Amino acid sequence: MRVNFTVNGRPQQADDVWEGESLLYVLRERLGLPGSKNACEQGECGSCTVRLDGVPVCSCLVAAGQAEGREVVTVEGLADFARQRACGSDGTGGVCGTSLDEARAWQARGTDSQAGGNVELSPVQQAFIDAGAVQCGFCTPGLLVAADEMLERNPSPSDADIREALSGNLCRCTGYEKIMDAVRLAAARQSEGV
Amino acid sequence: MDFLRPASWEEALAAKAEHPTAVPIAGGTDVMVEINFDHRRPEYLMDLTRIGDLYEWEVGRDTVRLGASVPYATIMEQLRPELPGLALASHTVASPQIRNRGGVGGNLGTASPAGDAHPALLAAGAEVEVESVRGSRRIPVDDFYTGVKRNALAPDELIRAVHIRKADGPQQYSKVGTRNAMVIAVCAFGLALHPQTRTVRTGIGSAAPTPVRAKAAEDFLNAALEEGGFWDNGKIITPSVAKQFADLCAAACNPIDDVRGTASYRRHAVGVMARRTLTWTWESYRGAHRTTEGAA
Repeated sequence: MRVNFTVNGRPQQADDVWEGESLLYVLRERLGLPGSKNACEQGECGSCTVRLDGVPVCSCLVAAGQAEGREVVTVEGLADFARQRACGSDGTGGVCGTSLDEARAWQARGTDSQAGGNVELSPVQQAFIDAGAVQCGFCTPGLLVAADEMLERNPSPSDADIREALSGNLCRCTGYEKIMDAVRLAAARQSEGV
Repeated sequence: MDFLRPASWEEALAAKAEHPTAVPIAGGTDVMVEINFDHRRPEYLMDLTRIGDLYEWEVGRDTVRLGASVPYATIMEQLRPELPGLALASHTVASPQIRNRGGVGGNLGTASPAGDAHPALLAAGAEVEVESVRGSRRIPVDDFYTGVKRNALAPDELIRAVHIRKADGPQQYSKVGTRNAMVIAVCAFGLALHPQTRTVRTGIGSAAPTPVRAKAAEDFLNAALEEGGFWDNGKIITPSVAKQFADLCAAACNPIDDVRGTASYRRHAVGVMARRTLTWTWESYRGAHRTTEGAA
């Protein structure tokens, strides 16, 4: 079957989708967006977290057909999504969203990184780099999407709020402390308007 | 596999009548796991997320009519005053991502003995509204669970809503697991005080083939509270009464040994949770009782 939906602000179409396929599979294998990670396939690990109509969900548990006509934001579009949110844009006017080519070519280059670092990061992405919250990096996309959504809802979270918001995202490298640091840092920068 | 996409409740009922083997999918937090792992390959997958009615709820005089697909996150945020036990139970479900998608209809449809909502529904008192093209009926939640992952639904029926009695007193929910999030209950316990009828109701999860009430324990406690005039005098519940209640709750279990825990641990833990939730709710009731007296 064919699925039409919006990915990172742009309308997309996936063809030859099997009816039992997950949204995660469509994103990774049919649209070429491997940022959302495929690990447990049962909603335990959170590494496939995306926003579906604004709500963080495990994309491995969304049937592809359920995404028909809905809006999806993946980690590849997070920087742009955060930028538009900061500008107060409703995302309907002008050139907006992230094209598939841009999304596929997207790489995390922080402002401290070497050559070619002209791709901007969302505040939460930059904070993860600055706080050293990325080790193997596998859980990072899911954590970024979940953390960004929490900061949108709750600009000054307590440690308990952060732990709860990220309780569905497993990380086997960091022990979570650096991740906590990163989210605290992003929240502090957000409140200072940096 | 065919993907059915009914745009309305009527269409969904018609589709289910035509294809009784169709598997309904809403939040997908159970169904997609089975499909991802190739444990299930249904002929028809029926998406219910287009049916707005299933995401609505109404607070009535005595009950809340909770649409089958209202996510746990919404129950926690919007219905805590009316359904405190279910709101607590909802908060123990998996993770934020899962609570944003899953709802009570799916818990009932799956009918796992470990479903987090069941003990809260049993303790509060609830009826499941199910419908087919043949008509609508309400099944008391006590009669809904018929076996491990089996329920009273006919093949052509769908769950539309759950009618849950609004709290008329304190309610509590307790769950044993290895961490606070992302955990299937080793066992769980729900308790609701119903001062209007001077009764206590319970629900036990994950400690029998189906979710069950501890009826003998309820009968004992109701009689003991009545006899001692506790509902009126608001006294602390006698430790021997609490202990007997806890023992009877443990005796209501019919658990198994599995990877999450042994049968004897589950019995023990249910007894502990029964005593604790009784103490918590009763202290809360006494607090409210004293406030009323003071104001009078």
